[in-house]
Amino acid sequence: MEKFKKIISVITPFDKANVDTDQIVPKQFLKLIQKVGFGKYLFYNWRFESDGSPKKDFILNQSNYSNSKILVTNENFGCGSSREHAVWALKDYGFSVIIAPSFADIFYSNCFKNGVLPIEISRNIVERIFADITELEIDLENQTITGNNIQEHFDIQSDKKRRLLEGLDDIALTMQSKNAIDVFEKNSNTPSIFN
Amino acid sequence: MNITEKILARASGRSNVAPDDVIFVNVDKIMLHDVSGPGVIKVFDKLANQGIDTSKLHDASKVWVAEDHFVPTAEKISAENIVKLSEFTKKYGIKKHFKYGLGQYGICHTLSHEEALVSPGEVYVGGDSHTNTTGALGAFACGLGHTDIAYVLLNGEIWFKVPETLYFKLNGKLPEHVMAKDFILKIIGDIGTDGGSYNTMQFGGSGIDQMSIESRLTLTNMTTEAGAKNGIIEADKKTIDYLEQRGATDLHEIKSDDDAEYSKIFEYEASEIEPIVAKPFSPENITSVREVSSIELDKAYIGSCTGAKYEDLLAAAKILKGRKVKIRTEVLPAAISIYKKAIQNGLLQIFIDAGAMVGPPTCGACCGAHMGVLAKDEICISTTNRNFPGRMGHVDSQTYLASPLVAAASAVTGKITDPRDLN
Repeated sequence: MEKFKKIISVITPFDKANVDTDQIVPKQFLKLIQKVGFGKYLFYNWRFESDGSPKKDFILNQSNYSNSKILVTNENFGCGSSREHAVWALKDYGFSVIIAPSFADIFYSNCFKNGVLPIEISRNIVERIFADITELEIDLENQTITGNNIQEHFDIQSDKKRRLLEGLDDIALTMQSKNAIDVFEKNSNTPSIFN
Repeated sequence: MNITEKILARASGRSNVAPDDVIFVNVDKIMLHDVSGPGVIKVFDKLANQGIDTSKLHDASKVWVAEDHFVPTAEKISAENIVKLSEFTKKYGIKKHFKYGLGQYGICHTLSHEEALVSPGEVYVGGDSHTNTTGALGAFACGLGHTDIAYVLLNGEIWFKVPETLYFKLNGKLPEHVMAKDFILKIIGDIGTDGGSYNTMQFGGSGIDQMSIESRLTLTNMTTEAGAKNGIIEADKKTIDYLEQRGATDLHEIKSDDDAEYSKIFEYEASEIEPIVAKPFSPENITSVREVSSIELDKAYIGSCTGAKYEDLLAAAKILKGRKVKIRTEVLPAAISIYKKAIQNGLLQIFIDAGAMVGPPTCGACCGAHMGVLAKDEICISTTNRNFPGRMGHVDSQTYLASPLVAAASAVTGKITDPRDLN
């Protein structure tokens, strides 16, 4: 995984709540398992006509957002199926940051495995971004979102932050400590729940 | 501690845990299927390229594999994925691989209870969001993404933040025309599709005590639709009997402590719950069946882990016996064991006499994979668990989520129908 660096980018304002992973990557693409190349399927049914031509009014098809790395959206983003393909598609398309008032649990967790930063901030701030902001600076190190008339702090678990900053996924990180884990397991006593 | 906390405490080697504690837990059971399996294989390949040893699993005996989403293989990519899955289970010595066309197989969540693969008190993770289903057996069961599953396969453990618990108490027995599906849709309508986010949803009360295991499984299955980390029901004698009949041994009832804490308690009177549907395009978009009884349908779908257990088929058969369906009606039993029982007890005859078709166990059109996906503008009543845009086929198709009783009654009239209103 690449190290997560400071990002300055045009935002893609996508004011929709409860966007489920079936919309992020429709089922017909689940059979494919290469992690790269999923970007072309992102929001497929919203983005393309049935003949494959782009839907002009869909936000990702508008040229001002074509290089955007920041998706700003609404509550409960990523709900539904646990498919990790949803994060693969967002990342492959070019999004490294997703800002929303809340995320679905499995999706939130999947983001960190793939170098995507999900930022949970209040609905109020998301509304301000929708209203006033075209570009944001995301500084993970200092946990800030900065833009025109906006400077907000966001919360993130410290270990998750560190992993993104250092570009470590948690499997790689843990496997580096395999010897210590084996020793611990040998010595640990797991009590029974039925006592 | 409540039941979820007790399980997580035991599995993390602690005497106590409380909500928001971050803990590492030993995992007792792990499940993969034909969508998450190939995804995990990909993660393994990536790890191997980084020099990480992926030559053996932490404990292959804890792992089981289902073939359900795109089987019988829908086309050549899914066929190749099934081959990959078989190579994977062979390479790692995973014995419990339920292959279609080779004896028992079916939807992963259905196998978890039909084959008694998970016991009360265990920690069970699966590469599918509806893994929550199995919590009805008194286990901690939750879904994970591919990378997390790969991690558990290699390490046998994973971290969780101990969730807060919402307690849903059902007083009294559900009326005859009302099923567990109506109750869980009512709950999702009340709390919303993010109402359970990173919470445990626990069910209890006299209504749950009286409820069959299969009905309880419908409740926990759809905790996923409220965003819950897990759904859970205390294991009682009924749970133990159910699992022992399916070959499990050394089981124990497991209950919350008397002083267990819940972040919120919701109370429902069973007698007040009505047949309910969730309208397109969200499981929280609920209404009483009678409110939408003028809606004309193109299709009825009785399938999935939520809605094609034996009891679900029995409910549908009660309605369809001696009647004819007016719209295309598909019945897809959720596992071969259920299929067989339905044959033995004459249910398949009833379905076919009514004009319905019976298909093989598969996730099928529930996830829009195959076996009856919907065309543009088609309207379906379905016993499944999601009705997002395009979930069951064309993005402009519509799905109403309902109980098997409501789906079968609607199949008979061709309109959304309350089973009480059927002649």
